[in-house]
Amino acid sequence: MPLIIADNIHKDYQVGDVVVQALQGVGFEIEPASFVSFVGPSGSGKTTLLNLIGCLDKPTAGTLTVAATDIARLDRKESAAFRGSHLGFIFQDFNLLPVLTVYENIEYPLLMVQNVPPAERKERIERLLAAVGMADQKDKYPGQISGGQKQRVAIARALVTHPELVLADEPTANLDSQTAYAVINLMKRMRDELATTFIFSTHDQKIVGEAEVIFRLEDGSIVAKEMKGGASHDESL
Amino acid sequence: MMNLYKIALRNLLRYKRRTLLTASLITIGVVFVLVFVAVSGSFKAMMIGQITDAMLGHIQIHKKGYVASIDNLPLNLNLNAQTAARIDEILGKQKNIEASSPRLKFGGLFSNFVESTNIRLNGIYPDREFKTVPLLTSRISEGKKTIAKGEILIPALLAKGMKVKVGDSVVIVATNKDGSVNGKQFVVAGIMEGVTGPGGRDGYVHIEDAAEVLRMPELEISEVAVRLKDFDRLHPAAREMEKQLTGEFRKDDKFPLEIHTWEGLSPFANVARMLDIMTFFIKLMLVALVLISVLNVMIMAVYERIREIGTMAAIGTPPGKILALFMMEGLSLGVLGTIIGGGVGLLILFILNVAHITFNFGQQQGLLLQTYVNPMDFVTIAVIVILVSVVASLQPAFKASRMEPIVALRHV
Repeated sequence: MPLIIADNIHKDYQVGDVVVQALQGVGFEIEPASFVSFVGPSGSGKTTLLNLIGCLDKPTAGTLTVAATDIARLDRKESAAFRGSHLGFIFQDFNLLPVLTVYENIEYPLLMVQNVPPAERKERIERLLAAVGMADQKDKYPGQISGGQKQRVAIARALVTHPELVLADEPTANLDSQTAYAVINLMKRMRDELATTFIFSTHDQKIVGEAEVIFRLEDGSIVAKEMKGGASHDESL
Repeated sequence: MMNLYKIALRNLLRYKRRTLLTASLITIGVVFVLVFVAVSGSFKAMMIGQITDAMLGHIQIHKKGYVASIDNLPLNLNLNAQTAARIDEILGKQKNIEASSPRLKFGGLFSNFVESTNIRLNGIYPDREFKTVPLLTSRISEGKKTIAKGEILIPALLAKGMKVKVGDSVVIVATNKDGSVNGKQFVVAGIMEGVTGPGGRDGYVHIEDAAEVLRMPELEISEVAVRLKDFDRLHPAAREMEKQLTGEFRKDDKFPLEIHTWEGLSPFANVARMLDIMTFFIKLMLVALVLISVLNVMIMAVYERIREIGTMAAIGTPPGKILALFMMEGLSLGVLGTIIGGGVGLLILFILNVAHITFNFGQQQGLLLQTYVNPMDFVTIAVIVILVSVVASLQPAFKASRMEPIVALRHV
């Protein structure tokens, strides 16, 4: 069964007196353990789509099912609980909490959201710290590490709760190309190890090539779906 | 909870200067209130102590209507011997009473054989009176610290005006309740200062001499002054006393006695009340100071950390925990200000006590200011500050917890 089923999704925003149609009848399915990218120019609807999948916003029309849950039906508290148990987030600006160390940032969702027991917490964090290569930096604060290191910590934080899906909005936008490749490869490796679905948005064509499934968006619609290995077909149906 | 507290503290330390400034404001407020409460409380306690322990006693019992006519010292409103004895017996059984003193008060003419003037006299049993108003002896500036039969204690200004010294003979002339006049010669045993300032005209004689001057066939009593073991239980004790005496003396639904605490007998009760009102307003200022300081800091904290709030919410932090996080920051500011303010305040009070500051009250010179904070007052101030800090953080914390993550994450 697909992890995500989007059916005829519309999203409108009111900007002053004008209604902006950010998404216009988008439909797609994403299988578990996929490595997916939403690609398109600025304003094409990538971030809007990620926000809807991430339960941070609700569609104006259409049905969006994530992990067998119709997310439009969730209220504020249920949305928070759903995000905490099913989703992980990686942000363009890393968004680490500056008053917490690397270790504590990764620990945060386990403590504040999932209430995981201390022994299991420690085991999970140390495993991920080693996996993302940050074990020796665990006591440093975000202000003391580089952008690439911050994004590695953010990846660990997103994965520590064992989510089914990790959403990354422009995760490499603030990184140099070498670090960007390293971060994408790390995400892919984590997908391989943990069978977690990764969806990331980008407009960096070099990074796009690393995705296994690519949805191309233009003006709020999916104009193409490309599969790794050359398979490509028009999805703007 | 500990983790929330840890994050809250680190967030406060993140803006050290601002936290220090806000905590300093709270500290100044706490110090100011603490010192004011202690000094005004000490002054009030000393003032009340002087009035009750050197003159009035804590509670007085009179025949109904006596206090309304107290300036005339009406002899026809005295308590008869049987009533006085019964009151004495009832008071003697009360465990919360330290001492009681029956008084026979009357107005008379004071003569030094050359000239005469009017005087108010208190007929007392010296031993009982000095137990009931122990500071009375401290008012005696010259002569013996007690009186025997045939002796009189006279006010200083009267002694000065009439050129009378200790050991001189004087005559007291008084009219009894039947209208006949009688006189008796006394020896001046001592000269005493007034409690509330110049102009005092109260003298003291032995109660048996007073009865003799007034030609009373059996001793009558104008009032019974009572000293309690615990002054802090003044009102409950007065109520209890009234209950006991009502049970004994009520007849045909009428109670022939009246019971007054010192507050009903001295205008200085209004000064004490005014001090209480001032203390209340000072506490109110502290509330405003803490409210504005903490509210200001917390509003800024929420505004500056909107993206962090968005991140926490996006990760799945329940709104209640975000609310608790910001409220803990406000709480911590309040606790910090209270601890520092309490410490500094107590230090200042200690210094004031060590410095031996004196002041004058009425004729009493060089009264030592001994500041003291009631532990309950300290707790009240601490609770006010901490509670107000939490209340001040409520609105910003609520705003943070209700923030839409998508809006917060977009914030620049």
